[in-house]
Amino acid sequence: MTGWTTHQGRAVALPLENVDTDQLIPARFMSAPRSAGYGGFLLHDLRRDGEALRPEFPLNQPQAQGASVLVARRNFGGGSSREAAVYALVDAGFRVVIAPSFGDIFSGNAVNNGLLPARVPEAEVERLLAACPTELVVDLEGLTIAGAGEEIGFSLDPVWRQKLINGWDDIDLTASHKAAIAAYAEDRRARAPWVWPKV
Amino acid sequence: MGSGDCAHDGRGGVKTLFDRLWDDHVIVTRDDGAALLWVDRHYVHEGSHHGFRAISARGSAVAQPALTVGVADHYVPTRERQAIADPDIARMVATLGDNAAAHGIRLFGLDNPAQGIVHVVGPEQGLTLPGMLVVCGDSHTSTHGALGAYGFGIGATEVAHVLATQTIWQKKPARMRITFTGKAGPGVGAKDMALAWIARLGTDGARGHAVEYAGDAVRALGVAGRLTLCNLSIEGGARCGMVAPDQVTFDWLRGRPFAPADFDAACEGWAQLATGSDAVFDREVTIDMAEVAPIVTWGTSPEDALPISATLPDPAREADPARAARIAQALDYMGLMPGRPLESVMVDQVFIGSCTNARIEDLRAAAAVLAGRQARVPGMVSPGSSLVKAQAEAEGLDRIFIDAGLDWVGSGCSMCVGMNGDLVAPGKRCASSTNRNFRGRQGPGARTHLMSPAMVAAAAVMGHLADVRPLLEGRL
Ligand code: SF4
Repeated sequence: MTGWTTHQGRAVALPLENVDTDQLIPARFMSAPRSAGYGGFLLHDLRRDGEALRPEFPLNQPQAQGASVLVARRNFGGGSSREAAVYALVDAGFRVVIAPSFGDIFSGNAVNNGLLPARVPEAEVERLLAACPTELVVDLEGLTIAGAGEEIGFSLDPVWRQKLINGWDDIDLTASHKAAIAAYAEDRRARAPWVWPKV
Repeated sequence: MGSGDCAHDGRGGVKTLFDRLWDDHVIVTRDDGAALLWVDRHYVHEGSHHGFRAISARGSAVAQPALTVGVADHYVPTRERQAIADPDIARMVATLGDNAAAHGIRLFGLDNPAQGIVHVVGPEQGLTLPGMLVVCGDSHTSTHGALGAYGFGIGATEVAHVLATQTIWQKKPARMRITFTGKAGPGVGAKDMALAWIARLGTDGARGHAVEYAGDAVRALGVAGRLTLCNLSIEGGARCGMVAPDQVTFDWLRGRPFAPADFDAACEGWAQLATGSDAVFDREVTIDMAEVAPIVTWGTSPEDALPISATLPDPAREADPARAARIAQALDYMGLMPGRPLESVMVDQVFIGSCTNARIEDLRAAAAVLAGRQARVPGMVSPGSSLVKAQAEAEGLDRIFIDAGLDWVGSGCSMCVGMNGDLVAPGKRCASSTNRNFRGRQGPGARTHLMSPAMVAAAAVMGHLADVRPLLEGRL
């Protein structure tokens, strides 16, 4: 994963609450290998009536093509832990999702794939929704979103901010704690031997 | 237990159950507050294939294969399981088997008499125990907290990390206690308790919090009810749900295949995990059981839940336009008329199953309603594990379901998730003992109403959403 500090792109509005990860990618697509690309599965069923795309759906409109910032209402990405929901967003070209609140597991998954879950107060999200489609500049250093004639702040866990900026891979980071992990494991085995089941 | 002898949380307060489990698993804490935690139990299923692929790509091995347990559940068919007809499903089940074999991981596959849904099998086998930190690439890993464990769902990148290191980076969640006071009325159970708090606080109501369930009504629940309650924690946005282990927990665990050899000594340690009497939570919520009736969902989010005696919401009566729009969209998807009584909603089919409500106690509760009665609509019953299935058959519950006209099938995630061939058809309405009424969760266009297994049985008998209480008269 490569890090980033600023992102400029077109924002589109998805004015819905509780866009759960089952909506972001229906379960039946999750057996596909990632190499095939998950972008086509993004919001698959909400975007369609049967097989036909619904022209009125925000992401189906011409100005949404090429958008990289998604603005949505509260509790975006709640529900299933499926990281495939993030793959679908990333493979469809999104780098930032702006919403008043996110599912916890979704946020962690997003950060692990370089996708920023930017938390913005409800009133400001409503203003952004009304301004979409619009060009925005998102700055991870200053925690700001500029565009539509104003600059607003967003919240992000400091740990996740560093991870997005540095593009850190946790497995590499954890490797530096190898000795502490080994010592813990030995102590754990002494205190709770049942953690290691009989073969 | 390691830090069980130290009663304080470092913030000057007395420790909660969650603090004790957290402290007991911290390997290192970074300056920015992220902690590296030890994972005692990592469950994997067919959907974990992305995680296995990621460690293979880096050339990493599984750090602790003995602590990793595979269960085939999400994709397994519930009928004709020996020769899986759908090639995509067959490949997913085979891939799990291949990964388990390649890395030396214990597997509860289709040929194992104890196979079932991961969150049923783990506790049932005693592979989840009090004091453990449990993860799985599945959001309902919160279930395991019912035994006094810290269980939470993770994504594929984290699955790869746990496979490679047996650890996980976490920021400490805030602590929240939900206390249920008083006594559950007849026909009211753990599912109703869970839907009651989620309806009150919303699907993001407990976001960022570790929830401990407490109070007389929680103590009065058996382990099955506690598993249901903790299972649904994620539907209220909680990071995890937990219940302090007590004698009920210990009696339930004794004799399980993977329970500790020196069980009594282990129980002594586990009994020390309970929250100290003066411990302070970041947030407290109290729910009086006198206010909890049998509940059903009407919309497309678990927070869209109401007592069965209520009427459907009416967007025209909502002051907040955004909320009115959401109600209108949900009613439209569900094919429902505003303001009508919930009991007037006809159902097309029923489903009893899932990690939420398919344990033996759940099947008994449904059978108590169905015994000697006919279902007016078709439906299926998929036990939470193959051992639950065998137990139910030994008790004759399968006959009750079959005689009522329902299908009795094998164990797996089945119609909870719409990825294994068991689907609700587009536009069809299903009364379901599962955990998610999201659009399309049970299949494209499916309409799901969540409720307890007893309430599903009532809907089956009546053909519409119905109060189970009159049907239980003389039967409890
Ligand atoms: S039964 Fe449903 S909720 Fe439970 S693990 Fe399976 S798919 Fe997930």
